[in-house]
Amino acid sequence: MTVYEKSAAGRRGFIPEPCDVPAAALGAIVGEENLRKTPAALPEMSEIDTVRHYTALAKKNFGVDTGFYPLGSCTMKYNPKINEQLASLPGFLSAHPFAPDEMNRGCLRLMAELERMLCAICGMEAFSLQPAAGAHGELTGLMCMAAYFAKQGQSHRNVILIPDSAHGTNPASAAQAGFSVRAVPSGRDGLVDPATLREAAEAAGGALVGLMLTNPNTLGLFEKNIMEVAGIIHGAGGLLYYDGANLNAVMGVTSPGAMGFDVMHLNLHKTFSAPHGGGGPGAGPVGAGKLLAPFLPGGGQDSIGRVRAYRGSFGVLVRAYCYIRALGASGLREASESAVLNANWLLNRLSGAYDAPYGERCMHEFVLSAAAMKEQTGVSAMDIAKGLIDKGFHPPTVYFPTIVPESLMTEPTETESPETLEAFAAAMLSLAEDAKRNPEALHSAPVTTPVGRLDATAAARQPIIKSR
Amino acid sequence: MGSYIPAAKREREKLLGGLGMTSAEELFAAVPPECRIGTMNLPPPLSEPELRRELEALAADNKAPLFIGAGLYDHYIPAAVDALCSLPEFVTAYTPYQPEISQGTLTAIFEFQTAICRLTGLDAANASMYDAATAASEAMLMSAAQTKRKHVIVTAATHPHIKETLRTYARFNGLTVSEAPFDGRGQAALDTAPHGAACVIAQSPNFFGVIEPMRGISAWASGAGAVPVAVCDPLSLGILESPGEMGFAIAVGECQPLGSPVSFGGPHAGYLAAKESFLRRLPGRIAGETGEVGGGKRGFVLTLQAREQHIRREKATSNICSNAALSALRATVYLALLGPEGLRETAALCAQKAAYLRAKLQETGIKPLFDASYFREFAVDTVLDGAAALENPRGSLIAVTEKRTKAEMDAFTALALSQKKGVSI
Repeated sequence: MTVYEKSAAGRRGFIPEPCDVPAAALGAIVGEENLRKTPAALPEMSEIDTVRHYTALAKKNFGVDTGFYPLGSCTMKYNPKINEQLASLPGFLSAHPFAPDEMNRGCLRLMAELERMLCAICGMEAFSLQPAAGAHGELTGLMCMAAYFAKQGQSHRNVILIPDSAHGTNPASAAQAGFSVRAVPSGRDGLVDPATLREAAEAAGGALVGLMLTNPNTLGLFEKNIMEVAGIIHGAGGLLYYDGANLNAVMGVTSPGAMGFDVMHLNLHKTFSAPHGGGGPGAGPVGAGKLLAPFLPGGGQDSIGRVRAYRGSFGVLVRAYCYIRALGASGLREASESAVLNANWLLNRLSGAYDAPYGERCMHEFVLSAAAMKEQTGVSAMDIAKGLIDKGFHPPTVYFPTIVPESLMTEPTETESPETLEAFAAAMLSLAEDAKRNPEALHSAPVTTPVGRLDATAAARQPIIKSR
Repeated sequence: MGSYIPAAKREREKLLGGLGMTSAEELFAAVPPECRIGTMNLPPPLSEPELRRELEALAADNKAPLFIGAGLYDHYIPAAVDALCSLPEFVTAYTPYQPEISQGTLTAIFEFQTAICRLTGLDAANASMYDAATAASEAMLMSAAQTKRKHVIVTAATHPHIKETLRTYARFNGLTVSEAPFDGRGQAALDTAPHGAACVIAQSPNFFGVIEPMRGISAWASGAGAVPVAVCDPLSLGILESPGEMGFAIAVGECQPLGSPVSFGGPHAGYLAAKESFLRRLPGRIAGETGEVGGGKRGFVLTLQAREQHIRREKATSNICSNAALSALRATVYLALLGPEGLRETAALCAQKAAYLRAKLQETGIKPLFDASYFREFAVDTVLDGAAALENPRGSLIAVTEKRTKAEMDAFTALALSQKKGVSI
């Protein structure tokens, strides 16, 4: 039931304090003509029933604190409790961005130091902390590229190359930044093929803006030809954008700057341990090298301008700051090492029972395919995902990247113990056995959840998106 | 110190050994030497107690203003909001891709959408946006797509950060933005009809706290075929007429006043609601009601996904993926606790306390800049410490929430009086 169905007229969950000044007639202040005639039909709930309602809803959720959450490209690592506490210090929560700087010294110092640390991690010249999420960071970075070319008198450059394995936000952000998208097919090894890329760059000719790349890519493979790739793009007058969604694989090993990228975003809610909150809020700071730094939001006359109100998702920035300070350079490198180790160990355990189309080594994540399984038993990647739910695990990302049929994109992260990895591997292997022996049972999974499989088609056909 | 890695060093070595490796370095064999880096230049790692000490010192080096608003307001947050929105199953979940284990988040999104529709008087709301400025920008893009027009009008007294964000988004989408100036009362002057405009974006209460003649603005826009877009503080809608009722096709706003702390400007949630005709142009996540396959229990899923980036890629209605679910949850819980009566009372308290302080200041000779109706904030002709500074026109912007006491307002008045005297001498 929703809170609207539990509502009962006259119930109150919170009573504001009495007015301690002489109360003027409302109409005289806000204008009679502006007064609301019918109050909004909000729920009428007691406090205890509100508490029980949302506590019950929370129990129907699965989070990192509930169990293993190997959702590929989402880096569902542990969200340290200390960071939650420190981001909620009253001195942070009550600071106001429009107060004079001398009233915000602590916040400003934290942000300046975070910018500096992100530059050190990423090999960038400057960071803007404004963007509110990964996709917002992409859009911001791409706008910086467009502004750079406009300044160079090359506004005609509007073609951006994006591998077909890229996150959906990449092409969507490019379109929103005013670019025309050309997909670059991945090579047979799952990587950007330099020859194909060179052809695509030549085809774009003088209209080339550049390339958006995730490295390691969404197949969990490091683009080992990255230096050549960067050379091709730069040689054609283009720029390189780094999608930082997968940075968790390479901290302290390489950096976007060292790989030749000109501009990038980070997902502080992935790599830097801020929680996802069921779909945000996140933070997607944008870093730029020397060439594009002047175009970042909040900069000087070349700046693209503001991309949101105020200075950024400050509470998320605090969490990321805490994470980096707690780990230091050695801890971040160790996190990446363990993330890659855990992924390789799992891949090793699972390849065989599932197809591993790109070999037996990976970075922080890997993609399995249930295509052969589906062919032989009728059990799909979706069935495996739902079967995992019944075994107490959050499933991997399914059906993405789309270049792998029946894909299961798995990212264990570094914050999981060997026992957890083993338990997950055992569950995956037993599901592969179930697929052969009892496929019907898997088609009807999950059976242990508050609801079974839901009819998404019906939901989209006749959308009901609010309570009646 | 440490990396939140549960496996002991020897356990990690064992895992490595199982892969036939002797050193972690071998894991990175695919990374070419040309792009390897040395040690990152970061400060040394801190233990949890050291980290707490450092952050407490940083937090203590800030000071909270009492009368600064300008878009972010210091409202009381009921204890239950914090308690419920800190539940780890809400905090540590991802976007609800697997509905069977995400009914908590999905139900809450559905409730948020319902609350926003009811507050705004519109038909369809999404799961949330980053903030009001980006929500307004998406509304601008929706309007341009719908009308195939390239020009956008925003009322000049709209929050400057919203206007700046609109200009950034407009520039890269081939749109131009112009401003409808405000008159001597601080309200939009509706002289030349907005012919050829994709939309007219108007904030009310506006940046100066003044309530705009919203019915007139929506008629002005609609008359020229422009989409009327309202930017409305959802808390004000406890007492003010809804944008839907006043003829607006799209409404956006900032949910911070509904149960989120100011937190130096974020994170908060934006909302975006529209008439039914815009349903398939809405950006981002939308939760919808459905049933189990083949009938059975009711449940909620992410719906109308054919609009979204993970399906449509460059043809999506927007690039938004992560939004502000947890901040939207705070708004949802806040509204459930307050209910219609609590929201009305809170909004009324803001207006009444603002009226009290405005009159007190006026008694000392500090004059309001505008005489139009207002809600919780007003501009005065004097630059005052403890209020937001205004440059054009010069003065101060003073916000009064229901949290401000008579004693605080009287002290502020006394301080203002001393500053005013200081200026005139």
